[in-house]
Parts: sequence; structure tokens; C-alpha cells
Amino acid sequence: MIERLLPAASTSATEIDFLFSLIFWLVGFWFVLSEAIFFGLILRFRKREGRKAQYVTGELQSEKRWITVPHLLVLVCDVFIVFFAVRAWHQVKQDLPTAPTQQVVRVEGAQWAWIFTHPGPDGKLDSADDIRKVNELHVEVDRLYHFQLTSRDVLHSFSVPVFRLKQDAIPGRVITGWFQPTKTGEHDVQCAEICGIGHGLMPARIHIETSEQHAAWIAANSTVSVAAVAGR
Amino acid sequence: MAETIPVGHAPEHAHEHHEPGFVAKYLWSTDHKMIAMQYLFTGSAMALLGGFFAYVFRSQLAFPGMSVPGFGLVSPNEYNALITNHGAIMIFWFAMPVLIAAFGNFLIPLMIGADDMAFPKINRLSYQIFLLSVLVLFVSFFVEGGAFGGAWTMYPPLSATAEYNQTPLGTTLFVTAVALEFVAFLMGGINFVVTAMNSRAPGMRMYDIPIVVWMIVLASIIFMASVGPLVAGAVMLLFDHNLGTAFFDPKRGGDPVLWQHLFWFFGHPEVYVVLLPAVGIVAEIITVFARKKLFAYKTVLYTAFGTGVLSFTVWAHHQFIAGIDPRMANVFTITTLLISVPVAEMMFVYIATLYGGSITLETPMLWALSFIATFLIGGVTGIFLGASGTDIYLHDTYFVLAHFHYTFVPIAVIGTFAGVTFWFPKMFGRMLDDRLGKIHFWGTVIPFNLIFIPLFVLGVAGEHRRIWDFTQFPELSAPWMRDLDKLATLSLWVMLSFQIVFLVNFFWSLRRGPKAPKNPWASNTLEWTADSPPPHGNWKELPTVYRGPYEYSVPGREQDYWPQNVPN
Ligand code: HEM
Ligand SMILES: [Cu+2]
Ligand SMILES: [Cu+2]
Repeated sequence: MIERLLPAASTSATEIDFLFSLIFWLVGFWFVLSEAIFFGLILRFRKREGRKAQYVTGELQSEKRWITVPHLLVLVCDVFIVFFAVRAWHQVKQDLPTAPTQQVVRVEGAQWAWIFTHPGPDGKLDSADDIRKVNELHVEVDRLYHFQLTSRDVLHSFSVPVFRLKQDAIPGRVITGWFQPTKTGEHDVQCAEICGIGHGLMPARIHIETSEQHAAWIAANSTVSVAAVAGR
Repeated sequence: MAETIPVGHAPEHAHEHHEPGFVAKYLWSTDHKMIAMQYLFTGSAMALLGGFFAYVFRSQLAFPGMSVPGFGLVSPNEYNALITNHGAIMIFWFAMPVLIAAFGNFLIPLMIGADDMAFPKINRLSYQIFLLSVLVLFVSFFVEGGAFGGAWTMYPPLSATAEYNQTPLGTTLFVTAVALEFVAFLMGGINFVVTAMNSRAPGMRMYDIPIVVWMIVLASIIFMASVGPLVAGAVMLLFDHNLGTAFFDPKRGGDPVLWQHLFWFFGHPEVYVVLLPAVGIVAEIITVFARKKLFAYKTVLYTAFGTGVLSFTVWAHHQFIAGIDPRMANVFTITTLLISVPVAEMMFVYIATLYGGSITLETPMLWALSFIATFLIGGVTGIFLGASGTDIYLHDTYFVLAHFHYTFVPIAVIGTFAGVTFWFPKMFGRMLDDRLGKIHFWGTVIPFNLIFIPLFVLGVAGEHRRIWDFTQFPELSAPWMRDLDKLATLSLWVMLSFQIVFLVNFFWSLRRGPKAPKNPWASNTLEWTADSPPPHGNWKELPTVYRGPYEYSVPGREQDYWPQNVPN
């Protein structure tokens, strides 16, 4: 459903799009049915000469059935949706998967830019070869990433719509999350929490690259050369 | 304080003696109907201001770089201030004053057969403090540095640190205005609850109270129970911002997320605070124009009560991705989806009430029915947001925005028009023009849908809210998206222009409309037994009640209605 409007480019996106479609069809069905009954009743019971309205109190069990049954059905649907919502939540937010080739990137919100720190050739953060970029995040397709998210001043929110990913950045706290890109391409990163005058002016981009492209980008951008790291 | 109108005396004497002067009549009156009018007119004027703000910022979004007629170019910080004040005004200075304070003040004494509120002077003070909050808000627009632009949710540290928000005075005044407004409504709420419980006409049992009165009472109770933490929070915020404390500043050991809990512990129940009066108004109107007894009166009450209680358990669904412990999301998903049950049930009750009716579509009925049709969209789209998984993506997009406008516009706009067109004859003693009313109705609801359906789509396509100009984002610059944004904005222009039809109808009918009889809609409830408009003190002799409010089309009776005060 969502992919029709915006590509899905991460493993979480698949999970969330599925949940979205599920809810769409489920509540869509009940919605159309209720509206149909509603408009049907308005048409059917328009005032006509010589016909009096019926006296229905709604207090009898037999009458109340007409609302208790739909009511129970709503409850059943709710249980069903809760189940899938919690499942999606677990996979996307609650469990932090790991993989042998996993990478860590740091994301910092600041008034008013995104600062991304990529590990350099050594694959580790906080070493001399780190690559720091403003409003530009480079990742490799199919690789599992952990991100460490924080803010230097006020609240920001790190949102990558093609990943269906969003997480608030809070000063003084480092929040760890993850994503795994599934498609190469270049996409928008938005700040989703109002963060002051420049909030509407902090567009960033995410570049999802093949491993060759990504290696080339690292080689071109790290201040410490690949050879130096290898020789250490 | 000068006491010009004697209060606390029996209604049989004194009310008709003197004709009060202008100040006493319009500014210093303790009459519940006059206070209702003060709230109605102040709140409606604020709605026009909030609407104007929406016009300005929507025009900026659809036509970036264009000078907005009547405003000029919109800079990013002006944009933030406009959305902030639009949201805050619509909720705090329009929905609450009109739905709770205006209708509560007008209807409660008249519908329970009392001559006034239990505490008329507290009532007057409540309006005066409200007016003060409006003035403080106005001043905040004009101070150095400009108006506050950190969203109506006022999240710190942005709202707690002048260095970050760069609107030192504007922020202080904004938060002060909000806090004053809460104080005003605390005073009003006490009155509503005490009056409805203690001043009922002889014979009126609990279950003879009209639904709308119940709803306003329940809403007041919810408000009073939820607002305390936020008033405290607002004071803490003012301290942080001006006195250097650090309740919410993480740099010095505070916690910004604490504010979010305080805010949403109030903010979510607040939705039901404005919802309940609106569903009450709709109940009254549907029964009258369908000539039907309200389906399962007691069920409506219990579900409203259940909704109120549940509304205190859902606040953190606004904070799924705010950095709270992720396990908490599961709890709040469950409570949030649970609350869909009583709310859906209320809608089912109204739909069931239509069954077997004799329905006529006068203007108030059109509004009431459109409430149900549109609120259902607000309800079902809420499920997407209550389900934590999908909220990760949809949070703070235009999907959220469209969702809550599909609840708030039915509540505040449609609910208000339903109530005003229905009770206008009683309020002002004249009839509104039904034809103009219908033109205004269609001219409002059709463009309303054309504003917000596109915004649902844009939200799902990844457009976030509170962003000044989408053309900076390559993905959001797709031509079809820009076109939908234009459609939404043009529809807003149309919708706003049709409000002129209403204003013309309102003010023309106020002076020239046909004189209203006592009970133009053949309604059962007590307010229709008073003169139109009711004099100070409401009745010469207070009515006595013999039955419930919804005895329409009772078999064996010649008339299809049976007013509450008619013995047999
Ligand atoms: C029908 C005319 C209206 C239109 C076209 C409209 C449009 C908008 C838009 C586009 C925004 C978001 C601005 C942004 O985030 O970038 C907004 C925000 C908001 N609106 Fe409305 N609105 C209307 C009426 C109302 C009413 C009647 C209410 C409530 C009673 C309301 C309550 C809010 C609130 C609470 C916000 C959130 C403000 C924020 O982002 O901090 N609006 N409105
Ligand atoms: Cu930001
Ligand atoms: Cu931001």
C-alpha cells in the first residue's frame, strides 16, 4: 500500500507496510459498512406523510443486540490488530538484531542540521579515520546498521521515510536503533520534531550504495588512508 | 468588585425590576446566558483568527515564495509561530470556550430547570480570566523577538530555553496565556458539575437529565482531573525559561520527556473533553429531527464514562518514538485500541437511533448527521496511529494531521454549527434562514473533505508536518504531491469564504429574522419551555419534570412529542 506512494528500502519497511495494509482493509471494511448503513437509514427513514416514527427505546436485550454485536466485532478486530502491531513493534523497535558485518553510525541532531559520523576504513567509530558529514548519510545496501542517535541542543526526530524509520533525538541521551537497507538509491531524511526557527530548513539525504560504491566513497573521504589502517 | 446584579435570591422577585446598564449587562453580568454569549463570541472570533492563520500557512505551503494576500511573505519563524498559534487557538481558545463554556453555560441551567449557575460570581470570574488569557496571547504576537513558535505542545528544551527558541518574551507570554486559560476553565468546570448535580428542577432524576448536560459534566470532570499536572508543568516551564531552574533541561539534570508525560496526560483526555459536549449536542439534535427516543440512553452514559476513564490510560501513544522504554508501547497500544470500543459504540448508538425515525433534514440535522459521517473517518484512521508499528512511520506526518482534523473539525466546527443553528432561536429569539444555512453547510463540508483527504495521501507519501517548504526535499517535490497540496489549500480558501455566508445569515437573522416561537422544533427538553430568549432568571416559575428528555412518538399519544414538564 505505502510502496505505491513511496519506495520501501529497508527490512522494517516491509513489516510496517504489511501492518498498514492489514489495518487498511480491516477498518476499511467496517468503515464502508457503517457509512452504508448510516446513509441507508437516512434514506429509508426520511419523513413521509402519514408515517409516524417508531418508539424504540433500545433498552430491550433484543434491541441492544444491534449495538452489542458490532461492538464485540470491533473488539475482536482490535485484538487481531494489537497482535500484529505488537509483532511489528518488536521487530522494528524492541529487538536489536546483530550481524557479523554490522556497522555503527552516529546521528546527531543540531539546530539546524544533521551530523552523521561514519566509521572509516577500520569499521569502528571514534577513531581517527571517522568520516563526519553534514546532512549526508552514506550506507551500504543489505548491511545491518546500528545507529546511535543523540542531539546537541533541543529535541529533533530522525526520520527516513523510505525506511519507515523514525526516532526522536534527545539531548543527554544516546538512543540505539537499527536499520537494514534493501535497495540502493538516494532519499530524503527529514526532521520530524519541531526544533526551532530552522526546523523547516534541515533537509538531509541518505545515500544507499552498493558495497563497491560505498568502499570507494570511504576511500575518497577518510582522512586516514586505507593502507594506513591495514598496516596497523 | 462592584456588585450590580443581585444574586443568590429567589427567582420570583427582583430579576425583572431593573434594566441594567451596558457595562453591567454585557461585561459584568453574572447571568449564565450572558456569560455563554461572551464565551461564544470570543471563541468564535478566535476561530476566525485561527482560520486566518491556517489560510496564511497553507498558502505558503502550496505556493512557496508567494506573498500571501493579507499577510505577505511567510518566513520560517513566522511559519512556526503561525502553526503554533493556530493549533493552540483552535483547541484552547475556540473548541474549549465554545463547546464547554458557551454551551455549558447556556444549556445546563436551562435544561435542568434552574434559574442560574450555582456560583454565578465564580462563573463571571472564569470568563474574565479567560479574557485575560486572550489578551496575554495577543500581546505575545507583538513583543520583541516575536510570537512563540515551538508548537502548541511546547516541548522543552526548545520551550524552556530562550537561547534555543529565540523568542524570550513571546514564549513566556504564550505559556502564561495557556496557564491562565486552564485556571479559567477549572473555575467554570466546578460550576457545571455542582449546578447539574444540585440545582435540578423538582422531579428530575439522574436519568432524566438530557445527554448533552451529562456530557458537559463528564467533560468538566475529565478536564479537572487531567489539568493539574499540566498547570504544574507550565509553572515549571516558566521557571526553567525565566529563573534558570532545570526541570526539563537535560544539560543540567532535567528531563525533557517528563514534560511530554505531563502534557499528554492532559492532552489526550483533552480530546474527549471537547468530544463529549459535541456528541451530546448531536444526540439532542438527532432525537428531535428523527422524532425518536435516543437508543439506549444509559448505554450512552456508561460508554461516555468508560471513554473518560480510559482516556487517562492512553497518553503515551503520543510518545511511542519519543525515547520511552520501547516495551511501554505495547501497553499503550492495547489501551489505545480499547478506547476505540466505547467510541465506536457511541457512533453505533446514534446510527441505531435513526432506525424507524421520521427524519427531516433541517440545517441543524445536516450538521449533526455530518458529524457522524466525518467523525467515523477520524475514528478509523486513529487505529493506524494507535497501532505502535504503523505509528513509527506515520507519527508527525500529514497523516496524523489529517486524522486529528477529522476528529477536531467534526467536534469543534461541525459541533458548534450544529449547536448554534439548533439553539439560535432560543439564544436570540429569532429564526435563522434555513436556505442560507444549507448553502453554508455544503460550502463547508465538501471543501473540508477536499482539504484533508489529500493530506492523508501526502502523509502516507512521507510528508512531515511543521515544515516550511517541501520543495527543498526532492522526494516531496513530485508534481503530483505539489498538486495535492494546492488542492488542499484551494479547498481551504473555498471553505473559509463560505463562512461569510454564515456570518451574514447570523447577523441578519439576529436583527431581521422571523420571531422564534417558544418551541420551534417541537422538542421535549426544558429550555424550550422558557421564553425566546429567556429573561434573566429564565422562568417566572421553575418547571417541574415528569419524564425523561427523549419521549418522541410515544404510541397512543396524539402529539409526537411529550415535553418533560407536561404532567400528562
Ligand atoms: C478547517 C480549517 C483548518 C485547516 C485547513 C487546518 C490546517 C492545519 C494544518 C495544515 C496544520 C499543520 C501545520 C503544520 O504542522 O505544518 C494544522 C495544525 C493544527 N490544527 Fe488545524 N486546521 C483547520 C482547523 C482546525 C481546527 C478546527 C482545529 C481544532 C479545533 C485545529 C487544530 C489544529 C492543531 C491542534 C494543530 C497542531 C498545531 C501544531 O502543529 O503544533 N485545526 N492545521
Ligand atoms: Cu531538527
Ligand atoms: Cu526539527
